[in-house]
Amino acid sequence: MSTVEVLSARNGGPAAAQPVVNDFSIQVATVNGSGSQTANMVLLRALFQMGIPVSAKNLFPSNIAGLPTWYTIRANKRGFIGRKKEIDVLVAMNPETAEEDVRSLDPGSAAVYDVSLGLNRLRSDLHFYPVPFDKLVTPVCPDAKLRKLVRNMIYDGILVHLLGIDAEEVRKALFKQFKKKVKAAELNWKAVQAGVEYAQQSLTKTDPFRVERMNANGNKIVIEGNAAAAIGAVFAGFTVATWYPITPSSSLCETLTDYARKLRIDPETGKATFAIVQAEDELASIGMAIGAGWAGARSMTSTAGPGISLMSEFIGLGYYGEVPTVVFNVQRVGPSTGLPTRTAQGDLLFTAYLSHGDTKHPMLFPSGPEECYTMAMQAFDLAEELQTPVFVMLDLDLGMNYWMSEPFPYPKEPLQRGKVLTAADLERMGGFARYKDVDGDGIAYRTLPGTEHPGAAYFTRGSGHNDKAGYSERPDDYVRNMDRLVRKMETAKHLVPAPVVDVNPKARIGLIALGTTHWALVESRDQLEQEHDTPTSYLRVRGFPFHEHVSDFVARHDRVYVVEQNRDGQLLSLLRLELDPALQTRFRSVRYYGGLPIDARTITDEIVQQEGL
Amino acid sequence: MSTVAPPPPPKVNRIGLELAPYKGLKTTLCAGCGHNSISERIIESFFEMGVAPWRTIKLSGIGCSSKSPAYFLNMSHGFNSVHGRMPSVATGALLANRTLLALGVSGDGDTASIGIGQFMHLMRRNLSMIYIIENNGCYGLTKGQFSATADPGSKLKTGVINELPAIDTCKLAIELGATFVARSFSGDKKQLGALLRAAIGHRGTVLLDIISPCVTFNDHEGSTKSYSYMKDHDEPLHEIDFVPFFQDIEVDIEPGTTRDVTLHDGSHVRLKKLADDYDPSNRMAAMQVLEESARTGEVATGLLFLDTTRPDFLELLNLTDQPLAHLPEKQTRPPASALAEVMEDLR
Repeated sequence: MSTVEVLSARNGGPAAAQPVVNDFSIQVATVNGSGSQTANMVLLRALFQMGIPVSAKNLFPSNIAGLPTWYTIRANKRGFIGRKKEIDVLVAMNPETAEEDVRSLDPGSAAVYDVSLGLNRLRSDLHFYPVPFDKLVTPVCPDAKLRKLVRNMIYDGILVHLLGIDAEEVRKALFKQFKKKVKAAELNWKAVQAGVEYAQQSLTKTDPFRVERMNANGNKIVIEGNAAAAIGAVFAGFTVATWYPITPSSSLCETLTDYARKLRIDPETGKATFAIVQAEDELASIGMAIGAGWAGARSMTSTAGPGISLMSEFIGLGYYGEVPTVVFNVQRVGPSTGLPTRTAQGDLLFTAYLSHGDTKHPMLFPSGPEECYTMAMQAFDLAEELQTPVFVMLDLDLGMNYWMSEPFPYPKEPLQRGKVLTAADLERMGGFARYKDVDGDGIAYRTLPGTEHPGAAYFTRGSGHNDKAGYSERPDDYVRNMDRLVRKMETAKHLVPAPVVDVNPKARIGLIALGTTHWALVESRDQLEQEHDTPTSYLRVRGFPFHEHVSDFVARHDRVYVVEQNRDGQLLSLLRLELDPALQTRFRSVRYYGGLPIDARTITDEIVQQEGL
Repeated sequence: MSTVAPPPPPKVNRIGLELAPYKGLKTTLCAGCGHNSISERIIESFFEMGVAPWRTIKLSGIGCSSKSPAYFLNMSHGFNSVHGRMPSVATGALLANRTLLALGVSGDGDTASIGIGQFMHLMRRNLSMIYIIENNGCYGLTKGQFSATADPGSKLKTGVINELPAIDTCKLAIELGATFVARSFSGDKKQLGALLRAAIGHRGTVLLDIISPCVTFNDHEGSTKSYSYMKDHDEPLHEIDFVPFFQDIEVDIEPGTTRDVTLHDGSHVRLKKLADDYDPSNRMAAMQVLEESARTGEVATGLLFLDTTRPDFLELLNLTDQPLAHLPEKQTRPPASALAEVMEDLR
């Protein structure tokens, strides 16, 4: 169903009788710290279990308790799971924001609200459903202390009735959510039932939104990107992870700790095959990761923009001293404290050339959980193969929100540990030169500390060095080394994940995006095709330095829109810096930087305007 | 025909190595720099203790002191890292390979100013490594500015007087949890040699703060880190003898005059009483001595504090015996069945 049709259905008239099935968004407006996360997760899971494509976006403040939070769930039968701009069903639980929340709805939307707020006086073009939450929760939950938490489950019950959600799926989701806490699950289930009963008896459905069971989700899982990356690290055989807490990356290493404790304790000895250390700051977490990579561990750290800033000096040393490590950058809006709980693709340009002097770093761009998992694994291989810090660039939307995903495939290839010489190799070769380009790919051979051979040791330093790692300030030594590092990054172009390209032979315009922009972009392509008869081609960048396919794609289109989530067009800047200048005139830019995940309509509107469609 | 005696066999240590593998490149520091004496003591100590050079890593930050790892232990991997952040690199390297012996060399600027955060957290973790501060009270490599260990009232060559209190890294280390804390003087061959040998046998963080005069920028009248100042104000707490674990103890101790401490590797430190009896296991006494030292300007040297009971950081992590860096894929990548279970749990 197109957006136009939905709008007519929403606005009443003859079409109002037409139900809008499996194509709407629900927004729950609460106060953070009120335990609404459980009610929201249960709702999301119930829809997912009904086989309907769903996505969830948690818009939360930088605060522990008492500030407004919005949780948006989108159900879409066609599988569009990017953020939807319009809210169709509002659950207004927060008195502070309720009036504004209601005023911002489009006509024809539904609003469930606490009866005491009297919101129905504000508008006459909405479907209002007043609910006496306090009255309903008291008999269900005699313990007054728990009531605040249980109260939220009532709106799940109301929505079960209004939207036609299968109550059994809600019950299943709820018990899954509470795991072994059966008593708590039962208490919450009673609250759901109280909501259902009240809605059945007292509410008359007038809005068009409802669900129907589908079979779109097959074998899929539901997971946050940070957790997916953590699983990737566990199966990539990470051995040392050092980190410092920072939103939105903290849950990556926390989940890593959980999974590592389950999966990485040697069954024979009971000892850990990994070390995870919470460092004193990001200066130390990257230092430890680099020290560990230097000594042969598969090392990693996770952080966000402010941490990346602090890591800058060490990353330069890692590049120049050629030390492998993996950095997960879960991007957010900057600077320092600026909207730390909102999403952005704000570190693209900064990370690409992070640090002083001439530097460049491989980056991997996952767009969904499965790629968080596979790219985490690739990143560890690449770091050791290329002997350099490698970045996996998530963002808050991907890292902290729940996504549907295909189950993760078990890796087929063995771990790639790169060019490391053993004592036996050294014996055979009679020594080695640490920074000599033996194979012509810019990647030299290294040895690990602890290698028992008189020729194994070398000195790692930021200062100028010759092939043999000896201190040198000679211009020719310096230039030779810097030129080899360029060759190494040329090699990297073919090792980072290749772009995903969908060329429409009829398309005059091409679109380029990366990461989470993908989900809004595929929907926007559909809108451009359906509403404006404008076919497009699409290239999704998955790695930096850019693969040559990126250049080819730009060359075959008249105009190429680079769509991204930052103010200054950072991906566009990178393309301009890295590709043939002759291609520059083809580029156009679409940017969104409000801190929320980008939505399809924003992209479509911008392209329509620039194209004059 | 006269017979010529064959040349004496080269001196080798207990693992059969000559002195050469323990040496480094020719120093590029100033002639007479205290740091060079420290490098010599490191070479001797590691040679005499028979430390395997390939099991040793030498790390540093930035500054004159941090250049010195190039001047000893040529057969050991070295890492000249970034300013003030060698502790984190050493921590990572030891997480990767717990069988390595890490020797970190820093300076007073590298430690007490830019590196104070990492220094403090290293001490707090009691990570098993030797951390040497080559302490000259000034920034040599940038031509003599005061560092944070400069004593109040001490004078730069330019006449500038330091008005801020000195950071006492030994006091900090003791307070934060380091388990082997000593102060010495680069010119005291015997004391420094004994402390270094003892440090090799300790499990936990060793802090050696070594007053090491800067002959170019801080060896003048009015400096409290000069050779002549140390000559007049060095106040050893005890006379230190060291008996390595591979030598039998031959001398009986005269009761009441000497304390005997056993280190983790079985070596012994003999602390012979001088003016007062000093008990290095007494944290409060150590702090008192250092307070006193700051007040009087006398520099108390020797083994200030030793605790052989606190577990070091790596012990707390329950790591496999085999270094993490060398674990085979079989041990670091869980089987397909484990992934299948994880996936099932997420449905």
